[in-house]
Amino acid sequence: MKNIISKRVQELAPSGIRVFFDLVLGMKDVVSLGVGEPDFITPWSVREAGIYSLEKGYTSYTSNKGLYKLRLEISRHLKRRFGVEYDPEEEILVTVGVSEGLDLAVRAIVNPGDKILIPQPSYVSYGAVTFLAGGIPVYLETKAKDGFKLDPALIEKNCDHKTKALILNYPSNPTGVSYSKDELKEINRIALKKGILVITDEVYDELTYDFTHTPFTTLKNAKSNTLYLNGFSKAYAMTGWRVGYACGPREIISAITKIHQYTIMCVSITSQMAACEALQNNNRKFIEEMKREYRRRREFIVGRLNEMGLSCHNPEGAFYVFPSIKHTGLSSLDFSSKLLKEEKVAVVPGTAFGSCGEGYLRMSYASSLENIKEAMIRIERFLKKYRGYKNH
Amino acid sequence: MDEILEILEKDARKKPEEIAKLLKRKTADVAKAIKKYEKDGLILRYKAVINKELIKEDDAEVRALIEVNIIPQKNLGFDYIAERIYQFPEVTSCYLLSGTYDLLLVVEGKNIHAVSRFVAEKLSSMENVRGTVTHFLLKKYKEDGVILKHREENKRINISY
Repeated sequence: MKNIISKRVQELAPSGIRVFFDLVLGMKDVVSLGVGEPDFITPWSVREAGIYSLEKGYTSYTSNKGLYKLRLEISRHLKRRFGVEYDPEEEILVTVGVSEGLDLAVRAIVNPGDKILIPQPSYVSYGAVTFLAGGIPVYLETKAKDGFKLDPALIEKNCDHKTKALILNYPSNPTGVSYSKDELKEINRIALKKGILVITDEVYDELTYDFTHTPFTTLKNAKSNTLYLNGFSKAYAMTGWRVGYACGPREIISAITKIHQYTIMCVSITSQMAACEALQNNNRKFIEEMKREYRRRREFIVGRLNEMGLSCHNPEGAFYVFPSIKHTGLSSLDFSSKLLKEEKVAVVPGTAFGSCGEGYLRMSYASSLENIKEAMIRIERFLKKYRGYKNH
Repeated sequence: MDEILEILEKDARKKPEEIAKLLKRKTADVAKAIKKYEKDGLILRYKAVINKELIKEDDAEVRALIEVNIIPQKNLGFDYIAERIYQFPEVTSCYLLSGTYDLLLVVEGKNIHAVSRFVAEKLSSMENVRGTVTHFLLKKYKEDGVILKHREENKRINISY
């Protein structure tokens, strides 16, 4: 077989990080701050609902859009929580996590050569799905001095007639940055002016610590211009269930449903039934407790890192910190590899999230306080060893 | 509930310095708050949660839940008789309930005989105690929010985006 792999996939950025990931996965007894998922387990009532649905024999396909009951619950949840209305019949699609929603969205709007704006450092899949859809990712660099917040002027500067959309993820993986309502208003103003779609990945919305999360779609005149993506993974610690949802204008939901029905058909019925329970039964207590716990860990880890000279901004949400290691003179990948080999602490090099992540690390505090403490002791020891490394 | 209490309820050994770091407050303020809680009786004491299921049989204590029906005293209600009952060291917990009986006791003793003796000689013989039903405890699965089983290890992979 010759040239069996498509050119596009061959060209898809081979990740130098993959080797590092394999190294971590092959190592035992690692203290890990490298995990991008909650360290909580799905609430029992939700797990129990999944088990019950299996016992009752719910093992079939569902409608392409997802169980009506679930779409209705999603619609009610959004109304209750944010006062925004989405019609469960035509404006909501249940997806395999936010990941699928994102892929569908990009595929549904991109013609060859169309551009998608992506603030960086960013979650890894935004650029990849754009590229795979034949689009061109245009990265908008955010800087540590601005607390990794997107400068709205960059949107305007980088927009041309080929620009289709902006992918906005807040609170952000990997920086933990989020935006206040006023900051979002400015982004919305420019997006409206330029007539581009805003695809928002708000999967960390429940983990916002310093102010109330504002869904982009609730901004003035934003709804018809927004594709709102969210899911159950972070709020209900349901990463492995793979359930998310896309809400947006009829036209877009209908287009993405078309792709979804040919490629995925539907989300696993067990997961959908469990997700229903997550929304139906008031799980606010679970979420609030989890959030308080994360916030405490955030205060601890940000304090410790700054104390030992790894300066990092105070992230407003999610469960990541993004400290700078520039003063060590080591590259992100070198630092991470050495730290893994010498101290058995796993972190993710900032470059995994784009070239402007060089000089930074992503550390996840979705790990027990004991783990975080131990990791901090080891990182501090490691730093002492490499102090002045630059001058060697 | 103040987050200081929430933290201490989970781990009473956390020191004020550490709690201060978790809540981004001053150590002195946290220490002062804890002192006040102790003084006001909001924090009564600090204790270890011991899994008695794991204690070797020779030393293990027997536990029973005892339903007690009582005749309330004029002007004193249930409190007077409850106080007379909960003073016994064998009684580790005592609750007043709604429903078919009045008091629920948790009683501990060296063995079944010791508990039976307590019920027969001390409890049932009290005037105002109309009747008792004793349930011996066979196995504990969960107590005070803690599941009495070894924690299962982390099932997550060590690194992911």
